[in-house]
Amino acid sequence: MRRIILIGLLIAVAIALFLSPFASQSPDGLEKVADDKGFLHKGEVKEVFSAPIPDYTLPGVKHEGIATSLAGLIGTLVVFAAAYGLGYLLKKRSERDSRAEG
Amino acid sequence: MHIPDGFLDTKTWVTLGVVSAGTVGLALRKASKKIGEKQIPLMGVLAAFIFAAQMLNFPVAGGTSGHFMGGVLAAILLGPLAGVLIMAIVLIIQCLVFQDGGLTALGANIFNMGIIGALVGYYFYLGLSRMVAGTRGMFIGAFIASWLSIVLAAGACAAELAVSGTVPLKVALPAMAGVHGLIGIGEGLITVAVLSLILKARPDLLETEKI
Repeated sequence: MRRIILIGLLIAVAIALFLSPFASQSPDGLEKVADDKGFLHKGEVKEVFSAPIPDYTLPGVKHEGIATSLAGLIGTLVVFAAAYGLGYLLKKRSERDSRAEG
Repeated sequence: MHIPDGFLDTKTWVTLGVVSAGTVGLALRKASKKIGEKQIPLMGVLAAFIFAAQMLNFPVAGGTSGHFMGGVLAAILLGPLAGVLIMAIVLIIQCLVFQDGGLTALGANIFNMGIIGALVGYYFYLGLSRMVAGTRGMFIGAFIASWLSIVLAAGACAAELAVSGTVPLKVALPAMAGVHGLIGIGEGLITVAVLSLILKARPDLLETEKI
């Protein structure tokens, strides 16, 4: 199982690091429809909060590709930790509950 | 199809926020009863892979791009409720850390890509994959369900925009369904490719107990 985690995580990190800078820059489906149908401006509202890494570009990094790569790396690790952590907490809770019942 | 702030009116995003929070809460409760030692790391790896893969926008017709969503893949591998939870985690971090998808629209995005994309998509997969025997059935079911998950999520998104008074349904629905009908082909191909890789390398992972 440890090998699966390592290989799976390596694949995800490799995608985020090496492929993300080459992703298409064209607007996505919803953005394109919003532009074509004239409601894109409705999304130009004041941000409710400011995210630390807006638009998958790490602030303070001059090279755009590297800024995207690093943003992808950080995001992949944060998501991994969050999902792993959630699974761990759920398992803990089920153990506690079954002890309480038993 | 991450909806930004400003596209949905208050009644729509509040309603979808409540529905999504309720569904995620239910999924958490059920998952805590079913989750085993084996599923914990798989949840982490799968969520990380889906996040990374969602960064790779591929070009589709007419100066538009699309990216993998991953709801059906997550649900096939770990089960529909785990699929909802994985999509919710990815969407929450995309929203909070990367400003991808609005904070007010988070409930709507979880509804479209988690509840429709993973949960509803999974039941289409179950039904479809049983029509043809064996791994061929799995691949055919996975491809069609993946395509459907994208088109249905896009349809829901169009309906939400219409209910919000942002754009009429008869304008939004054909436009959203049209472009996502193309993006959905990519979704189907990627889902099938990942499943066939897993089938070759570690077929036992496909037998993981579903949550």
